[in-house]
Amino acid sequence: MSEPNFVPKTVYVNYIAAAPEKVWAALTDATFTRQYFFGRSVEIEARVGGSFILRMPDGRVDVQGKVVEWDPPRRLSVTWRVMWHEDMRKLPECLISYQIDALGEAVRLTLTEAYQWEVPDDILAGGRQGWPAILSSLKSLLETGKPIVIQMGPPKEMLEAIKQRG
Amino acid sequence: MTKPSFVYVTYIATTPEKLWRALTEGTFTEQYWFGTRIACHWAPGAPLTFRKDGALFNTGEVLVYDPYRRLSYTWKVEIDDAFRGERASRVVFDLEPKGAEVKLTLTHDDFDIDSKVHEAVSQGWPMVLASLKSFLETGRGLAVSSAGAANDTKEQVIARARAASR
Repeated sequence: MSEPNFVPKTVYVNYIAAAPEKVWAALTDATFTRQYFFGRSVEIEARVGGSFILRMPDGRVDVQGKVVEWDPPRRLSVTWRVMWHEDMRKLPECLISYQIDALGEAVRLTLTEAYQWEVPDDILAGGRQGWPAILSSLKSLLETGKPIVIQMGPPKEMLEAIKQRG
Repeated sequence: MTKPSFVYVTYIATTPEKLWRALTEGTFTEQYWFGTRIACHWAPGAPLTFRKDGALFNTGEVLVYDPYRRLSYTWKVEIDDAFRGERASRVVFDLEPKGAEVKLTLTHDDFDIDSKVHEAVSQGWPMVLASLKSFLETGRGLAVSSAGAANDTKEQVIARARAASR
């Protein structure tokens, strides 16, 4: 039996003055992610089916998944399960995809968050709040050499909504 | 059916004052808005124009002029027959200082259902606001080759994401 398709629920598009290879490195190399992804280190096996982890600065696993697409420097998809919070660990995993399109001197980076279930808006709110901050910081890092540091706590409404679901 | 709207958030390493000038002064807009110059005697109710290479692209009227916090105007596309028949929609910029950054939230709404302008601006705003961020952080707007960029519809982006997730 085939699994239901992942349906995109959140799309965030950004344009960055950098080479596609540089953007790819920023997504897959922990020396970059530590600077713009709220201190997280990416650990990724460079093959389809390989493991994917985002590790917090204190060593705990924040996100865990598997590589679904590995096509440097154009397309990266990983399954995504948030592990650091007990209630979130119980949710079905989502699919995070990055598409890199070269457009003259810049690239278009398209982030897509997709689900196989009818995910409510209050759960989507976490990503909708976080991705603009993360990807704004990534753009600054690649264009100026300096990330921007945005103070942002865990999304309280989302955690509350997940808890209520039981 | 809910009316279409477009919301985009970005974080910029700048001050609310500099960001405000970049949004309201034609000598700045033409440097990041791909040559488009805004002109207005800024006050609530004042008319405004967007011109590029002398051609009138958009007209509007100032709705809110609250320096360094909120700017809002109506948005009537004049350049293309496909868009000219549509009534004016509404653009709102909200600026919030966050430490050394400013959170900029663009909301473009008050469209009719099936608005073609909505479809076009949903593609256009990420490019304009990414270029604005580059301009304020590096002194230089983005050079994006429009081939493939401005021509993609939201449906194409979503279809691509959907196809890739299969």
